[in-house]
Amino acid sequence: MADLSVKVAGVSFKNPVIPASGAFGFGREYEKLYPLSRLGGISAKGMTLRPQGGNPPPRVAETPMGMLNSVGLQNPGIDYFIEHELPNLAAKGTRIIANVAGHTIEDCVAIAQKLEGTAVDMIELNISCPNVKQGGAAFGVSCGAAGAITKAVRRASHKPLMVKLSPNVTDITAIAKVVEAEGANAVSLINTLLGMRIDIDSRRPVLKNNVGGLSGPAVFPVAVRMVWQVANAVSIPVVGMGGIASGRDAIEMMMAGASAVQVGAAIFADPYAPLKIIDEMNAWLDERGIRSVQEIIGAVKPW
Amino acid sequence: MPYTQGLYPIVRKGNLAKNIYDFTILCPEIAAEASAGQFAHVKAPGFMLRRPISICETNQKAGTIRLVMEIRGDGTERLAAENAGGLMDLMAPLGHGFTLLPPDKKAVVIGGGIGVPPMLEVAKHYTANATAILGFRSASAVILKEDFEQIGAKVVLCTDDGTAGQKGFVTSALEELFLTEKPDVVYSCGPTPMLKAVAAMAEAKGIYCEVSLEERMGCGVGACLVCACKTKKDGTEGYSHVCKDGPVFDSREVVF
Repeated sequence: MADLSVKVAGVSFKNPVIPASGAFGFGREYEKLYPLSRLGGISAKGMTLRPQGGNPPPRVAETPMGMLNSVGLQNPGIDYFIEHELPNLAAKGTRIIANVAGHTIEDCVAIAQKLEGTAVDMIELNISCPNVKQGGAAFGVSCGAAGAITKAVRRASHKPLMVKLSPNVTDITAIAKVVEAEGANAVSLINTLLGMRIDIDSRRPVLKNNVGGLSGPAVFPVAVRMVWQVANAVSIPVVGMGGIASGRDAIEMMMAGASAVQVGAAIFADPYAPLKIIDEMNAWLDERGIRSVQEIIGAVKPW
Repeated sequence: MPYTQGLYPIVRKGNLAKNIYDFTILCPEIAAEASAGQFAHVKAPGFMLRRPISICETNQKAGTIRLVMEIRGDGTERLAAENAGGLMDLMAPLGHGFTLLPPDKKAVVIGGGIGVPPMLEVAKHYTANATAILGFRSASAVILKEDFEQIGAKVVLCTDDGTAGQKGFVTSALEELFLTEKPDVVYSCGPTPMLKAVAAMAEAKGIYCEVSLEERMGCGVGACLVCACKTKKDGTEGYSHVCKDGPVFDSREVVF
C-alpha cells in the first residue's frame, strides 16, 4: 500500500482524487453507493451568491469520447449550501472544497466572506465557467480581470484559495502567473473547452444554449499539456483535471505536474470511477515499488 | 431510495417491432426496490453517457426487470445488439415513479409509442380496474398489447393510420372514455404534445394525472443537473430534474 496522501496549499488530502465541481452535486447522490470518506476530497457544485436556475434544456450532448454541457451554474445559492449541505458534507471525513462562482467581483468577495469560519477546507474560485453570460469565463480569459478577482477574494478570506482556470485562452500560463502573483495558493485546470454540436436535420444546435463546455476523455491530452505548461510556469500547486477516467490517466496527469486530480465526466458513466482510480493508482505504484504518490508529481522527463 | 450499479445477466431478449427490443435482466436487488415508473440508466459499451430506459415490468419473485427500448441512435443501437447470456451495465432503480392508489380505484394508463412500456407495471397494479389506451403510428409498431390484456386491463388500441384498432390519437379515445366514465386517476407516458393534451383533458375533468417525462440525461441521480425540465410549484416557475424529481410528475406541475 503506497502512501497516497498529498498536500495542496497547506491542506492535506488522504489521496489525490477529488470529484470535480458539477459532477458530484453535494455528495448526497453518491453516498448511497459508498462512504465519501474514501475520497481525497470533494469539490462541491459551483455556488453563486443567490440561487440560480441555470440554462434552458437540452443542456447535454454526447460527443466522441466526451460530452458538452450547458447547465449554467444552476445552484441553490451560498446561504443554502452553508445551512443545508455543508453540515452533512463536513461530517463525511473528507476534504471539502467550495467552488465559488460570481457574476461580479463583489459577489465572489461576499461568498468568500460567508465561507469564513465554516468547515470548508479550501475555496476554488471559478473564473472559467463557459455557460454563464456575465462573469464566469469573462474573468478567466483576461489577465487583468483574473488578477483583480483573485486579489479581491484573497483579501476577503483566510481559507486556502485555488483558482480554477479556463482553457479557452491563448496562453494559460499568463493567467496562471497573474493569479499566483495576486495571492492564489493553488490553481486547478482545466475547466471545459467551449464547444458546439448541430443537429443537421433540424439545423438547430443540440444545446439550447447553442454552445457548451466539452469534457471527458476527448479533452484529456489538452488538459495534460496545459497542466504541464502551468506547472512549469508557477510555483504554487496545480490540481489537474479534464477527462481523467482511470488510474493511469491520474498518474499521467500527476507526472505532468499535478499535485492532485479532479474527476468529472467519468463519474456519469461509472459512479464508482473515483474509487477505481484510487485503487488503480495504488496498484500501479505498488507494482513499481514507489512508496509515495508524491514521488510522481512532475516526474515527466521531457525530451 | 437505494439504487445499485453493476453488470447483470440478460436472461431473455425479444424483438417486439421494428427497432424495438425487449430485455429481461436478472438483477434481484434492483427488482426488489423498483416501483412503477422508475428507470434504469444503462451503459452502452464505448459510449460516454448512459441511456435512461424506463422499467417496463418488475418480477420480484424471479428477481428480474424488463426493459423495452427503441433504437434512437448509435448508443441504443449498440445496446440493442446485446444478447441473452450477455451482461448489461445498469444503475437502477432511479427516479421518482408513479403514485399508485389502492388497486380497486379506476385508472386509465395512456401510452404513446415507446412511452407504452412503463405503463404496463402501472396497469398490473390495477389489473381489471385499468383501462390502457395505447397509441402507435401503425399496426407494425404495436407493442405489448397482449401483455396488457393478459393482466386483465381493458385495452383500447389506437393507430395514426387506422391499420390496427381505432384510427386516431389516444386523446380521441380518452375523450370517448370520459363520456361514459370518470376514472380516479390518469397516468401517461409518450410524446410531449400527447402528454400536454392528456394533462389538459384530465385537468378539465378534475382528475388527478401523472405524466412521465423524458430529457437528455447525464448522471441519472440528480448530481449533474443537465436533465432540466420546466415546472411550476406554488405559482413560481423553475427547473426540476427529470432523473431525480421525475421522470414522473403531477401534470399540474409541468410547464409544457
